[in-house]
Amino acid sequence: MSLWRQLTRGLRALTNRAAADQDTADEVEDFFEQATAALEASGLSPDEARRTARLELGSTLAVREQVRASGWEHLVETLFADLRYGARRLRASPGFAVVSAITLALGIGASTAIFSAVYPVLFERLPYPAAGRLTMIWDVGPDGSRNDVTFGTYRELLERNRSFESIAVMKPWGPTLTGSAEPERLDGQRVSVAYFRAFGVAPALGRDFEAADDQLNGPGVVVLSHALWRRRFNGDPAILGRHVMLDDDPYTVVGVMPATFENVLLPSAQLWAPLQYDVSLPVQGTEWGHHLRMVGRLKAGVGIERATDELGSIARTPVRDFTRPRWASLENGLTVDRLQDAVIRSVKPALVAVLGAVLILLLITAVNVTNLVLARSALRREEFAMRVALGAARPRLIRQLVTEGLMLAVLGGGLGMVVALVGVPLLVALSPAALPRSSAIAVDGAVIVFAAGLTILIGLIIGVVPASNVLRSDAHVGLQRHLRRSVGGRQWTRGVLVVAEVALAVILTVSAGLLLRSLQRLFAVDPGFDAARLLTVQVQASGHRFSNLAATQQFFAEALDAVRRVPGVSAAALTSQLPLSGDQDLYGAHFESSPLQRADESRGTFRYAVSSSYFETLGIRLRRGRLLDARDVTGSPLAVVINESLARRRFPGQDAIGQRLHVGPQSGPWYTVVGIVSDVKQMSLGASQEDAVYMTTTQWHFADNPQWFVVRAWSDAAALAPLVRQAIWSVDRNQPIVRVATMDDLLAATAADRRFALRLFAAFGVVAIVLAAIGIYGLLAGSVAERRREIGVRSALGATRARIVGMVARQGMMLTGLGAVIGLIGAVAASGALVGLLFGVSRLDPVAYFGVLTLLVSVSAIACCVPAWRAARVDPAITLRAE
Amino acid sequence: MDKPNTDVIQGTLDLLILKTLSLEPMHGFGISRRVEQISRGVFKVNPGSLLTALQRLERAGWLDAEWRDTANSRRARFYWLTRAGKKQLELETDDWARRAAAVARILKAET
Repeated sequence: MSLWRQLTRGLRALTNRAAADQDTADEVEDFFEQATAALEASGLSPDEARRTARLELGSTLAVREQVRASGWEHLVETLFADLRYGARRLRASPGFAVVSAITLALGIGASTAIFSAVYPVLFERLPYPAAGRLTMIWDVGPDGSRNDVTFGTYRELLERNRSFESIAVMKPWGPTLTGSAEPERLDGQRVSVAYFRAFGVAPALGRDFEAADDQLNGPGVVVLSHALWRRRFNGDPAILGRHVMLDDDPYTVVGVMPATFENVLLPSAQLWAPLQYDVSLPVQGTEWGHHLRMVGRLKAGVGIERATDELGSIARTPVRDFTRPRWASLENGLTVDRLQDAVIRSVKPALVAVLGAVLILLLITAVNVTNLVLARSALRREEFAMRVALGAARPRLIRQLVTEGLMLAVLGGGLGMVVALVGVPLLVALSPAALPRSSAIAVDGAVIVFAAGLTILIGLIIGVVPASNVLRSDAHVGLQRHLRRSVGGRQWTRGVLVVAEVALAVILTVSAGLLLRSLQRLFAVDPGFDAARLLTVQVQASGHRFSNLAATQQFFAEALDAVRRVPGVSAAALTSQLPLSGDQDLYGAHFESSPLQRADESRGTFRYAVSSSYFETLGIRLRRGRLLDARDVTGSPLAVVINESLARRRFPGQDAIGQRLHVGPQSGPWYTVVGIVSDVKQMSLGASQEDAVYMTTTQWHFADNPQWFVVRAWSDAAALAPLVRQAIWSVDRNQPIVRVATMDDLLAATAADRRFALRLFAAFGVVAIVLAAIGIYGLLAGSVAERRREIGVRSALGATRARIVGMVARQGMMLTGLGAVIGLIGAVAASGALVGLLFGVSRLDPVAYFGVLTLLVSVSAIACCVPAWRAARVDPAITLRAE
Repeated sequence: MDKPNTDVIQGTLDLLILKTLSLEPMHGFGISRRVEQISRGVFKVNPGSLLTALQRLERAGWLDAEWRDTANSRRARFYWLTRAGKKQLELETDDWARRAAAVARILKAET
């Protein structure tokens, strides 16, 4: 086969069609003349010869067409012809073209934007070599929950495991960088030596951590992120070996990570230092606190089940070299997750729901446009009937309709890409702050392939459905104008499409309704304190002088006094951890008279070291006993206040006041319960009740750092922020302020994933309802237009306007009703996927379902009104005369 | 009574054209007539199929073509085999012989 010849001959024909046609014509002509001559030679008269040749050979025109149609260039030519024709038709009805293109752009654009956000998070492999072998390892709580591990457990697993190539532990670290520029508090991590090796990523500059770095009192060394290196050190390669001041200590920069390194476990981390824990594992030290995250890289060929089995057997068989304290006994075993699953677990329900919602929206837009195309193709019946009658082949007509569908889809898809490009940054801005891997969200190759595939698919749908519909009917029917009254089949298809649209819209809006009800319920939950007009400021005391407990306490006390003097402040207090801020500071609470139940053992109690004004400032209510006050200072008897649930659970039917307990290690001092306060939501509004114990800052054995200032304003809390900041800095200019937020912001953030899903569902739901209404309106309007004559006859025969309005409205409401029933069934099924996002409402919440039904019926009633009114105004005299 | 079927057996038109042209360069009508004569009228080639096939074979590189004067001083488009065409003819001839023999064997088989 000579491709070259194929190509050149075809191109020659394409570029110079006239010459190529002339060539063929000449050859055909010559063939016929020779045939005629031959017949003449055999004795026929010239006329007879010509006639016989015609008879035997057919028409020269047909032969020429046959030759012409045989090359590949013919396909290109007809394609161009179809495109030209399609473009002409779109230009001829710009309203239709614009509405369809915008509808499709919405569907394709929204789907593409959501896909680009969801794809990297849910489906893309993490950006590490052999990422499938990366895992997270958790200690298991008595209730099966995943808990952070201790350093002791890490040491034991490091020594005893055979399944992992490397394992590492880490904890968050927030040092303050001082030096030439103003002090800056950075997010970082303290990591064990093999952290980067576990991920399989080496520093781009300098070296990785070595065993000598990660030991008690080891050297101060630090590895920088590429971003920090560029931002603070101008990307200077001479940074290696230089000292930087972190919390007043010099650290030597030993490495810089590559720009491509994505730290999925703490994306905001900008620098890393070795953990430097004590490998002799003193039993009272931090080495046995559950506060480390563990990652492990499986050996090649070791599956996750085998690793889980092995860790399970290690947990079950303690050895002498690794004695475990009771609270880290691993008696509930260890669990291993794929890192990928661990990273996305919290956001998966919201993302999957949103992805489902956008696909429904896409389906609705496709159905809607198919419906518009169908309505228009009804008007083109005559054209197609005529073309079939003139000899056009059906495949050719189908091709033309599909070409037109694809043109429309490409138009919509192109606009959709614009929608997606605008939508993706918007989506990232809207998305919950906790969305993992948000840096990987971008309109990239995979997204473009997705959008293109979607466009082609939709183009095929909106081309093929009308094509099959138009061509099913007989050619002659379309030619007979009067038979246009027989509208059954096509109306039926359109009816089905409208019903589908309504049903899909119901599914979307019911889901949106359920989410809305959940959010209402969530915000109706009492957080246990008054969240209004509350400003929160987290401050870290940094520098050597704060290694001294008294100095730290003095700084915070002086700063608190300064904050109280700010005009507009009605009350202010300090606390070590703030409700709803994400803080999670848990201790064991061991009561003297109520030994720990097994189930409570690793449950943990939130510990708050607070200033005595804390309860009044937050509006936490006293239930029994007294609050902490000026009595409770260093040297006086140690007092704590506990919350209601803890009191009720540990001392059912008894008085908890006066009970003694250890907070933390049992070698610590005894605290006495002096009061009981209302429950406060610590982790989130949706979380179940949590135990809490409060003591004053001065009666705790170390100074918490950072601490939160909580400030109650007389009026606007946010407006106080700069003044409060100034007040704190007036005590010490060098103390970095870590976070500033109003309690309202924090409350909103705890519902961020639900709110994110709700916003998208609500937006999609509105679009879906509007599209469904347009669908109903379009169908009825078309049907009224086609039935003008019938309506005219009816009213001539005495049908009242009310009857005619009723007739049209009934048709519309029947479609709505059918769609609604199917949609409700679908919504019940779909709500199963939403359960993870619901709060306080059943997935069958009647309010959501009835609300949506009411909305739908009113909207579709409006959509029915205009066509019904138009039908009622049909003047029988005019209609009948028009025939 | 129906006219006897004079259609060329499906898939053999190329072979017939190549074989005919292997004897001498020829124009379209010449080929048509030669096939009809040699087959004693069993096959008739209609001009549409023939010219389409000629265009295809020419593009495939098996034929070359040129406008030339005919014996009776008319102009006609002549076709002749290229080297590739000769090879193709051998291939298709062998292939046909193999398949025809197989068909013949099947038809002769005792039931």
